[in-house]
Amino acid sequence: MAKLHVHTTVNGEAAEFLCEPHETLLAALRNELGLTGTKEGCATGDCGACSILLDGRLVPSCLVLAAESQDRAVTTIEGLALGDALHPLQRKFLEHAALQCGICTPGFIVAAKALLDRQPEPTEQEARFWLAGNLCRCTGYDKIIRAVLDTAAEMRKTAV
Amino acid sequence: MSDRTFTYVGTRPVRHDGMDKVTGRANYGADFSLPGMLHGVVVRSPHAHARIVSIDTHEAEAVPGVLAVVTARDIPETRAKLMLGEGALDLRDISENLLARTKVLYHGHTVAAVAATTLDAAREGAARVKVTYEVLEPVMTIEQALAANAPILHSDMITKGQHGAKAPSNVAARMELKRGDVGNGFTQADVVVEREFRTPTVHQGYIEPHACVARWGEDGRAFVWCSTQGPFAVRDQCAAVLGMDAAQVKVIPSEIGGGFGGKIVVYLEPLAVALSRKARRPVKMVMGREEVFRATGPTSGTRIRMKLGATRDGTFVAADASLYYEAGAYRGSPAGAGMMCLVAPYRIPNFVIEAFDVVVNKPKVAAYRAPGSPTASFAIESVIDELARELRLDPIDLRLKNAVVEGDAAPFGPAYGPIGLKALLEAARRHPHWKTPLAANQGRGVACGFWFNAGMNSSATVTLNMDGSAAVVTGNPDIGGTRAAQALMVSEELGIPVERIRPGVGDTDSSGYTDVTGGSRVCYATGMAVIGAAQDVREQLRARAAKIWNVDVASVTWEKGHAVPPKGAEKAEPLSVNDLAAKMTHTGGPIVGRASLYAPMAGPGFGAHICDLEVDPETGRSRVVRYTAFQDVGKAVHPSFVEGQIQGGAAQGIGWALNEEYVFDKNGVMENAGFLDYRMPVASDLPMIETVLIEVANPLHPYGVRGVGEVPIVPPLAAVANAMRDATGIRFTELPLSPPRVLAALNHEPTPVRTSDELSAVKADS
Amino acid sequence: MATVHLSSGLTQFTGGVTVIEIDATRVSDALDMLAARYPALRDQLDEIAVAVDGEIYQQPGYQELTSASEVHLVPRIAGG
Repeated sequence: MAKLHVHTTVNGEAAEFLCEPHETLLAALRNELGLTGTKEGCATGDCGACSILLDGRLVPSCLVLAAESQDRAVTTIEGLALGDALHPLQRKFLEHAALQCGICTPGFIVAAKALLDRQPEPTEQEARFWLAGNLCRCTGYDKIIRAVLDTAAEMRKTAV
Repeated sequence: MSDRTFTYVGTRPVRHDGMDKVTGRANYGADFSLPGMLHGVVVRSPHAHARIVSIDTHEAEAVPGVLAVVTARDIPETRAKLMLGEGALDLRDISENLLARTKVLYHGHTVAAVAATTLDAAREGAARVKVTYEVLEPVMTIEQALAANAPILHSDMITKGQHGAKAPSNVAARMELKRGDVGNGFTQADVVVEREFRTPTVHQGYIEPHACVARWGEDGRAFVWCSTQGPFAVRDQCAAVLGMDAAQVKVIPSEIGGGFGGKIVVYLEPLAVALSRKARRPVKMVMGREEVFRATGPTSGTRIRMKLGATRDGTFVAADASLYYEAGAYRGSPAGAGMMCLVAPYRIPNFVIEAFDVVVNKPKVAAYRAPGSPTASFAIESVIDELARELRLDPIDLRLKNAVVEGDAAPFGPAYGPIGLKALLEAARRHPHWKTPLAANQGRGVACGFWFNAGMNSSATVTLNMDGSAAVVTGNPDIGGTRAAQALMVSEELGIPVERIRPGVGDTDSSGYTDVTGGSRVCYATGMAVIGAAQDVREQLRARAAKIWNVDVASVTWEKGHAVPPKGAEKAEPLSVNDLAAKMTHTGGPIVGRASLYAPMAGPGFGAHICDLEVDPETGRSRVVRYTAFQDVGKAVHPSFVEGQIQGGAAQGIGWALNEEYVFDKNGVMENAGFLDYRMPVASDLPMIETVLIEVANPLHPYGVRGVGEVPIVPPLAAVANAMRDATGIRFTELPLSPPRVLAALNHEPTPVRTSDELSAVKADS
Repeated sequence: MATVHLSSGLTQFTGGVTVIEIDATRVSDALDMLAARYPALRDQLDEIAVAVDGEIYQQPGYQELTSASEVHLVPRIAGG
């Protein structure tokens, strides 16, 4: 079967690629578009390392077909910083040392952004349950949650 | 040493590799490609125990796109020993684990590997490799392995350490540790508690699966990019397995997405090199999550009988224990380490501890964070908790009464140097957590743990640039922030601000030999090499200053990042690192400091954890509602990463206690080989984990550093089980404390029999 | 004479002897002398670690010994 030619928008820019019908969006992002920031941890949607936003919605890209991104907007970890300026989540993760090996970090940051887009004042409980779909084996989640809550507080302060 | 004031050490700069990690730029094992690269896929045994009758690769080789297939025929047969990290491994075992030769010994055991132009073609090729097996009865439990007519996994395995052992056995080794007179000791005891404990196979659970790219060159040199805890370990295993010189293999370590001991032994790299050699193209191999569970190196399931006796006032007088550890398909469980750690925190005048290394048809175990110690701690700390209840003593007081101090003999012989166990326990007793009232259905448990800290080989280079900035390179992949710590050490020695230091991980050509990132050794042993290399630079700078001032180098001192001239020297002002660096070409050439060393293993670590658990009596589900971890860290170079290591280790231990286990069916096939059903803790399972760092300086390290990475996984198993006892009144001696098990016990029902382990245990007992 | 202590798992190869005085100035020599005195011990010595005055070396080497040195032979362990 011939490959599919997909036109999509990734991190605000038009993108296109060829893919097999059964290829996942995760594989297309990494292998066709060279965006390796999104990681494969399990390929079954259980670990969150492949978290991206599809039209603003948090999804595991290992469970989305590449073809499904046709005419939609994809946001990956590579799209969060604004030029030289890191997204506040990225800054806070660094400040709080909320990463050790860092493999889960892109997924967590994208997932946390999805949380703060919807809920600018999350409680610790809300943050923990929202992020329950992202596995981390290194940190015990403590500093991650602190970073997310601290980001929320800072963003509320600077919001007009 | 503990009185020394530091300028940089102990601060919390943002890690140098942090930016790349929060932006997704950092390259891990699967993030690398080479032009013309093929994709490699592994063919795995569908049987837990079988003889290989034949392997036919013709059909596979004929699949369009398939360019190479390898089997055990493609690698040399060998019986040599390989010094890998902390132990001598049988090279034959490593080779046969990589590619089965005559037998397959676990479900998922590799029998062949296929490389093709696309992943789909490689999978198609793998499906067409025809293997004929003579299926054998699998041995899946310790009981089955020890049974009189047990199927024998290795016909040449005679129990080592058993004087007079002659017949083939599934017990690879017996070890023993004795002190005093146990029989007499128990007669002095007023109270004796004896229990038998069981823990299942669990996995390190690193989020990044194994991944590598290998390229064989026409010159017979191989290049390997891979995710590993030790590039030199990968190099040496590849070279040994493939019959090459170490110098013919270059390994570049990627960033690593977790290891915990599971990324030291190789599972893919020699296969990728062999495929590349055959196909004359680079080959990429990435494991899927199922493969990681089925066919890498989880840690031992155990059965531990623990007997401890004390006098009425709580003094421990005698201990007797038998430890059985599953090694998996090949010999080499951490039974010996478990034996040595079991009573390490306590002064016990009489003990006999025996340990058995038992092979079973499960994947060969690999190291998992303090290998051997967590399960041993589970046993003794649970028994101590029972003793405390019987003696009506506070559990912390009982431990304090018997805790080892400097000068006490460790159970394995040598006397302890300065250690912080008593300080930890006292801190725990004083801490508000210990006194806070509990709510309904809640219980509180405390437990201690011990772990050695490895020394071994480390090399470091510090290069000074002409603008006064510097680079430090070691051979240790950075899993938890060690690069930041290394930069802090260089700053401390030279006075260069930490932002002007670039810490890096070298490859096997550009770094001197360095043992793995593991064993809690990087800040300790490699730290010593880093400090040594920085001091070497400092000595060279003093010599350069002496040259400039035309004085004897012995008269030049060093203060706050400056070379200081002797009094009376003509026209001599102190020179900064920047001044001296700018002049390096004129004063003798490049300035490169180096140090390489073999550090002894000493300055052990102790930890104590307090856990509050809430149990739902309707579902058997429990939640950790409060957790405090106390640990003697020697000297926290970068406190944030020390805290992080402690929190992460505690979380792994909590998972081990509450939910994690390999579930095998009657054919020895793992039923829960995915993150959905192999249930590790998630953010909603845990509270904030408070860490209390005690610093009793390790006299062997210039800053007093002790290894910290492994100790934190040791106490949680018993801390959680003791909290469960407190909450429910039930002493669980089998892990995990999963909802079905807890609920059945709460309802006074037999534990649901659903695993082959339990089915076989029932069978064996009847 | 350095004092060598054997962990109890090894004493079955020395007829129960647990402490041995050895006239050696290096660990390597001490182990050779031990193996010569107790041939049954020789095979066990390639998998032990050695502690000299409290410092444990995963692989016995040429560490120096004085007449006051306390040497312990301990099983080798691995870390993760």
